[in-house]
Amino acid sequence: MSAVQTVSQPMALRARRIAIRFRPTRMVLNVILGLIAIFWLVPTVSLLVISLRPASSFGVSGWWTVFTAPTQLTLQNYRSLFSTGLATGGILDSVVTTALITVPATILVTVIASLAAYSLVFGRWRGRSAVFMVIVGLLVVPVQIALIPVAQLYDAFGHLSGFNPYGTLPGVIIFHVAFGLPFGIFLMRNFYTGIPKDLLEAGRIDGAGEWTLFRRVVLPLGLPAAASLAIFQFIWVWNDLLVGLVFLGGNPHHTLTIYLYSFTRTLANDYWVIATGGIISILVPLIVFFSFQRYFVRGVLAGAVK
Amino acid sequence: MAALPRRRSLVLRHAVATPAAEPGGAATAADALAETGRPPGGGWRSHLGSIVFLAPAAIWLAVIVGYPLVESIRDSFYDNSSTSFVGLANYRTVFSTADILVTFRNNVIWVVVAPFLLTFLGLVFAVLTERIRWATAFKTVVFMPIAFSMTASGLVWNSIMNIDPHIGMVNATMETVSDWFSPPGLYPVDTSAGQSVASLAATGLRAGPGGTLESRALVSPGSTALLGMIGISPETLQLVGAQKAETPSAAAGAVSGLVWRDFSPSHPTARGQVLPDEDGIAGLSLSLVSSTGSSVGTTQTDAHGDFRFTGVSAGSYRVEVASGNFSSGFTGIYWLSGTQSITPTSGLNQTAQALLSIPLVDMSMIIAYLWIWAGFAMVIIGAGLAAINREVLEAARIDGATEWQTFRRVTMPMLAPVLIVVFVTMIINVLKIFDIIINMAPSVSQANTLATELYNVGFASSPPANGIASAIAVILFLLVVPVIYINLRRIR
Repeated sequence: MSAVQTVSQPMALRARRIAIRFRPTRMVLNVILGLIAIFWLVPTVSLLVISLRPASSFGVSGWWTVFTAPTQLTLQNYRSLFSTGLATGGILDSVVTTALITVPATILVTVIASLAAYSLVFGRWRGRSAVFMVIVGLLVVPVQIALIPVAQLYDAFGHLSGFNPYGTLPGVIIFHVAFGLPFGIFLMRNFYTGIPKDLLEAGRIDGAGEWTLFRRVVLPLGLPAAASLAIFQFIWVWNDLLVGLVFLGGNPHHTLTIYLYSFTRTLANDYWVIATGGIISILVPLIVFFSFQRYFVRGVLAGAVK
Repeated sequence: MAALPRRRSLVLRHAVATPAAEPGGAATAADALAETGRPPGGGWRSHLGSIVFLAPAAIWLAVIVGYPLVESIRDSFYDNSSTSFVGLANYRTVFSTADILVTFRNNVIWVVVAPFLLTFLGLVFAVLTERIRWATAFKTVVFMPIAFSMTASGLVWNSIMNIDPHIGMVNATMETVSDWFSPPGLYPVDTSAGQSVASLAATGLRAGPGGTLESRALVSPGSTALLGMIGISPETLQLVGAQKAETPSAAAGAVSGLVWRDFSPSHPTARGQVLPDEDGIAGLSLSLVSSTGSSVGTTQTDAHGDFRFTGVSAGSYRVEVASGNFSSGFTGIYWLSGTQSITPTSGLNQTAQALLSIPLVDMSMIIAYLWIWAGFAMVIIGAGLAAINREVLEAARIDGATEWQTFRRVTMPMLAPVLIVVFVTMIINVLKIFDIIINMAPSVSQANTLATELYNVGFASSPPANGIASAIAVILFLLVVPVIYINLRRIR
C-alpha cells in the first residue's frame, strides 16, 4: 500500500492510462456510447435530410431511403421558401423579426444586469444582500404569471400615450428583458464577487467616479461572464415561442418559432416547410453554440438555479 | 481496479474560472484615472452613483415582474373581465373542470417521470464519458439539442413518432422487425378498421377457426373444389400478377380446385359461376385439413388461382385458406395518441379514468424532452464529478473498495448536491412545459399541461377568461414557491 503512495505522480498517471487501455470492457463502453451518440444525432440528421428531399416524397418513403438513393437530394425546398424574399410572414421575414427581437433583448439584459450587479457588489448602500435575495427569489418565477397583467399594462399604456406595445416588437423585447434580468444579475453578481475589492478602492481613493470604475475596471474584467450571459440570453430569446406568441398578438411579422408552429396543424402536407424552416431556425443558435461553446456551457452551469 | 482518468472535462475548467486579480486590472484603473483626471471626490456622490446603477433593473423588474405578480393574484379573485370580485370562484372552477384537472394529471406525470429519468441519464452519461477518449465529442453531440428551440425539437420528434411507417422512424423500425417475424399477407385485411376475413367468403367458403377461411363442403381425393372470394380489389390482384381464372381438371389421388374472385364486372350479381372476366386469386397459401383438424398437406394457388394437393389418402377433408394470407402486418403505433393510456383503466368511472390514465403521448413527449435536456444534466453532473477530490476516491480504492463501492459510497454522496440541483431545475422546467406540448400533441389533446391550458384559456380563446387564467398562473407560481425557498437557503 505504501509503495503505491510513494509512486511519483506521472508514473501513477501512466500506470492508470495503461490500465484503462487494456480493459476489455472499454471497447464495449466505446461501442455503447457510440450508439448513443448516433441516436442523439439522428433527429437532427432526419430534419436536414427531409429538408433536402422533394416535398412530394414525404409520406411516400422514409427519409432514411436517402442512404440507398442519394440522388433524390435537392435544394428545391430552400429555393421555394426563399423565393418570396422578405415578404411579410415568410421565412426570411421571420429570421429578421427574430433577430430584431433577440439582439436588443440580449444587449439590454447584458448591460442592465452588469450595472445592477456592479451596484450589488461594489456599491456601498445598505440592503444590498436583501435586494440580491429578492433577485434570487425572482429567478424561478414563471413567465406565465405576468402574461395577462403585462398585456393589460401595455393596453393601459397605449391609452395614455397613444403607443400600445402589445403586438409590437418593443412589447416582446420589454418582456424578455424583464425575465432575463434576474438570471443576468445573478450570474454577473456571482462573477463580480470574485474581483478583488482593492482594485476599486484604489480607484476610489484616486477619485474615480463609479461610472469610470465600472467602465474601465469591472466591465473589462467581467467580459467572460458577460459573454456567457449574452450567449445564454441570445439562445433563450431566439428559441422562445410563448412570449412571442402572446405579445406579438396580431402582428403579421412572426418569429421563427411562431412561423414553425403555424404549420404544426397541417403537418403531413407542409412538413417540408417545417423541416426546411426548422433547419434555417436552428442555424443561428448552432453557429453561436459552436463558436462560443465554452461560454454557453458556463452560462448553463451558472443557470442551473433557474 | 480501474481508475478514473485524472483529466478533467473542458467544461469544468471554464465553469469554475473566476477572474484572477491580474495586475493589468489595476493598470486599467490607473489609466482610466489618468484619462478622466477627475478631482478626488467619492463620498455621497459615489453612494448615489452606485445605487443609480441598480435603477434600470429595479424599475424594469418592478413593472414587468413585480407588479404583474401582485396583479395576477388580484385578477385570480375577479371575474373573467377583471371587473367584479368573485372570491374563490375561479379556483373552484379550476379544480372542478374536467379539462383542467387533466392538465394537473399531466403536470404530475411530467414532474414525476421526466426529472428523475433526466437526472439518471445525465449521471450515467457523465460517469461513462469520464472513461472514454472522445468525451468532448460525445458531450458536444448530446448537448447540442439545447441550442435548438423546443418548437423545432418538438416538430422533429413529431415526425419521428408519426404513426405512418413511411414517415415515423420508430414505427418504420418496428415494422421491419415485425415483418421479419410475421410478414404481411398478400391480401391484408385491416381488422382494426372493422374489416373481417369472413366477409371475403363468397362461394363454397366460410369463416374457419383463427381468422382462416375453410371450404363449406368436405372434399375427397379425385374431386374438385370451387372456392369463390369477394372484396379483393383488382389493383391487389394486378399487383400479385393474377390471371384469368381457370377451372382445373380433377386428378386421381389429389384434391384439386380453384380459388377465384367471384365477381364479374359484366355480371355483377352472378355468383358461383366462373365467368370469363373473373381472375384467379394467386399466391394464396392453402392447407388440407382432415376431419380431426390436423393438416395433411399445404400448397399455393398459381397465377390462375388453381391448386392441387397430391398424394392424398382416401377420406374427407376441408381446404383451409391460411390466416397469414390476410395478415395486415404492422400498421404503426399511434405514439402521439392522447387517449390511449399505458395503464389499464377499465372498470373505473369516467372521472377516475380521466385522472388515472397515462396517455401514450405524454411518454413520447418525455422521450423528446430527454433528448433535448440530457446534455444539460450530463454537463452539470460532469462538472460536479470533476470537482470531487480525486484523493478521496484514491484513498477509497487503496483501502480496497471496488469500483462500484467507491461510486456508491464515496462519489454518490459527494455528488448529491449537484444531483439535487439538476433534479430541482428540471422540476421547475417541467412545471412550465409548453412548447413541446403544443408542437407534438394532437390538437384536441389529453396532453395539455397547466402552461398550455393557461395559454388556451387566457389568449387563444375568445373572449379570454382572465380570471381562470390568472388562477392557473397563481397555482403555477405557488408550485415554484418551495423552490424559491430552497434557492434562498442555498445561496445564504
